[in-house]
Amino acid sequence: MPFRANLISDNMEHLEELESKSIYIIREAYKQFKDIAMLWSIGKDSTTMLWLCKKAFFGRIPFPVMHIDTGYKFPEIYQYRDEYAKKWNLNLIVGKNEDAMRRGISPKDKLMCCTELKTNALKLTMAKHNFKALLLGIRRDEHGIRAKERYFSPRDQKFKWDYKNQPPELWDQYKSKSDDETHIRVHPLLHWTELDIWEYIKKEKIPIIDLYFSKNGKRYRSIGCHTCCNPIVSNASTVDEVVEELKTTNTPERAGRAQDKEKAYMMQKLRALGYM
Amino acid sequence: MIMNDLKIVIVGHVDHGKSTLIGRLLYDTGSLPEEKMQEIRKTCEMLGKDIEFAYIMDNLQEEIEQNITIDTAQTFFETKKRKYVIIDAPGHKEFVKNMITGASQADAAILLIDAKEGVKEQTKRHAYILSMLGLGQVIVAINKIDLVNYDKNVFDSIKKEIQAFLASIGITPSHIIPISSKHGDNLAKKSDKMPWYTGMTVLESLDAFDNKETTFQKPLRMPVQDVYKFDDKRILVGRVESGMIKKCQEVMFFPSKKKTKIKSIEVYGENPTEAEPGKSIGVTLEDPLFIERGEVIASADNQPKVTDEVEANIFWMSPKSLDISDELIFKCATQETACKVEKIMKKIDSSDLSVKGENASSLEETEVGYVIIKTENPVAIDNFNEIEELGRFVLVSGYDVVAGGIINKAK
Repeated sequence: MPFRANLISDNMEHLEELESKSIYIIREAYKQFKDIAMLWSIGKDSTTMLWLCKKAFFGRIPFPVMHIDTGYKFPEIYQYRDEYAKKWNLNLIVGKNEDAMRRGISPKDKLMCCTELKTNALKLTMAKHNFKALLLGIRRDEHGIRAKERYFSPRDQKFKWDYKNQPPELWDQYKSKSDDETHIRVHPLLHWTELDIWEYIKKEKIPIIDLYFSKNGKRYRSIGCHTCCNPIVSNASTVDEVVEELKTTNTPERAGRAQDKEKAYMMQKLRALGYM
Repeated sequence: MIMNDLKIVIVGHVDHGKSTLIGRLLYDTGSLPEEKMQEIRKTCEMLGKDIEFAYIMDNLQEEIEQNITIDTAQTFFETKKRKYVIIDAPGHKEFVKNMITGASQADAAILLIDAKEGVKEQTKRHAYILSMLGLGQVIVAINKIDLVNYDKNVFDSIKKEIQAFLASIGITPSHIIPISSKHGDNLAKKSDKMPWYTGMTVLESLDAFDNKETTFQKPLRMPVQDVYKFDDKRILVGRVESGMIKKCQEVMFFPSKKKTKIKSIEVYGENPTEAEPGKSIGVTLEDPLFIERGEVIASADNQPKVTDEVEANIFWMSPKSLDISDELIFKCATQETACKVEKIMKKIDSSDLSVKGENASSLEETEVGYVIIKTENPVAIDNFNEIEELGRFVLVSGYDVVAGGIINKAK
């Protein structure tokens, strides 16, 4: 028996452990909230989360998948979104802050642009559909401020994140929503690293948008709006090459993302205001 | 050999250098991107401060400006042996619920003590919480040894004191190491300033830890998380918490005591015949039983206890104190029922373990109570020292977790 048992425990590898924990969290969220949606940015993380949702519910996703469209997304994003929404039979909701778009809000003022076209677009869409919970594919290793997050993280009426007074979270017992909170953010990928995500994409053969793969010596490592994302120098043009590159790199993942660098604490301010 | 990553929590009194230790470990293992170091240099410059390794972990504006950790954070590094997740836990008494949040996810702990200050209130409280959480793998690091001129006598006297305290709560530290996070002594590199210390460095001692004990040899426990009715299949989903579950196995549900056989194990895209602890799976049953979330799947020959009375140690972590008449919710794995704390046999100060009262009627924040809980509906539980996953619970008041508990006796 001990020999066999060892064999089994060795099989429960790192990625399976991560996957099982995420599926558990996704199922907890769905049990607690029937009016739930997931946020799909079309990036590698939320696409991985989508994949995990499919696995959690045996091939279907029993809630809407929401894409917040700023109008500044890469053309490839729209193409990929529509192709896979159809292929995977998703209940896709596209959320926009039409009013701000008409007013011509642009990335000249980055804090305002992110707040209007992303955070406020999200607020409007959540209110329209009356969602009480939102699944988001953020990870602790992405950004210092995200390292402080909980798996179930409440937001108040103004979408504010009270990061100084977060609920305790132990033994997979998660926060339920109180009446003065608008919604709970659920983060099933919090414990994954960037490398974990790519190794999982490789293992599961998840189709990923090709902005992540090198063309003419450059690729995107993190994607969002084309106005605020810069590609990195890289020759990694396949999933395997990306995995190899990440094992040796010394630059942070969001190095190409403008909103992270603007001023000290900009990301904290954005997140406290309800940014994803 | 594949080693899963090890999760380590760093605990100790406020200002004893937890964040700095982590920053230093990341720096010495080459886990910090150059850009991150530049960002820290810039932030320190902006605030007119010296370079601080602590800023790597303290990311909130308030944390950097006040030089304290408010909330727990996690980060990653690796040695030749394996990957680590490092959990930074705040040392302030005020943030003890954040410390517990961090510590409850760990496989092992480093208890940090300032060589100049010695053993303090939170040193003991944190150590006690570790023992309550069942974290047996502990290293003690005596930090800022440079500030006492690398003096062996100072080290020895703190070592003696902490060893005695830890022994009283059932913890035997695997190593007690003199370190200086600021200068990097005995972290990744052996220090040349303390010839009197011949033991391991912090990294060596971490590499010597085991991953958390696997629970496949224990009795089967799989709490039902939800029931899905897709197509014409009824699938019970949940996570195997201990033991193995197999196709065709005879099982029993608790508390309902219904019996059936496992017809199939359901994992999307796979066709497994068994599943091990930690796996989130689904099962279908031979008989069309009505089963709801909260029932625990086990085998008839090794059953959990079904009871409405639980004897436990609870750690109170809400600023609103517990009153014995309070209506609370008892949550253990996926079970949930109303409950009351019927009796507080003892209330204990978690900083020095002194008994503050017997047959008490209330419990304050950070106090530990040895209590009897009466649940409205019967629950299926185990003793914590037998099956951890079914031997621990939280108490919820309104919408908030207010206490964590360890079951000593399922009555």
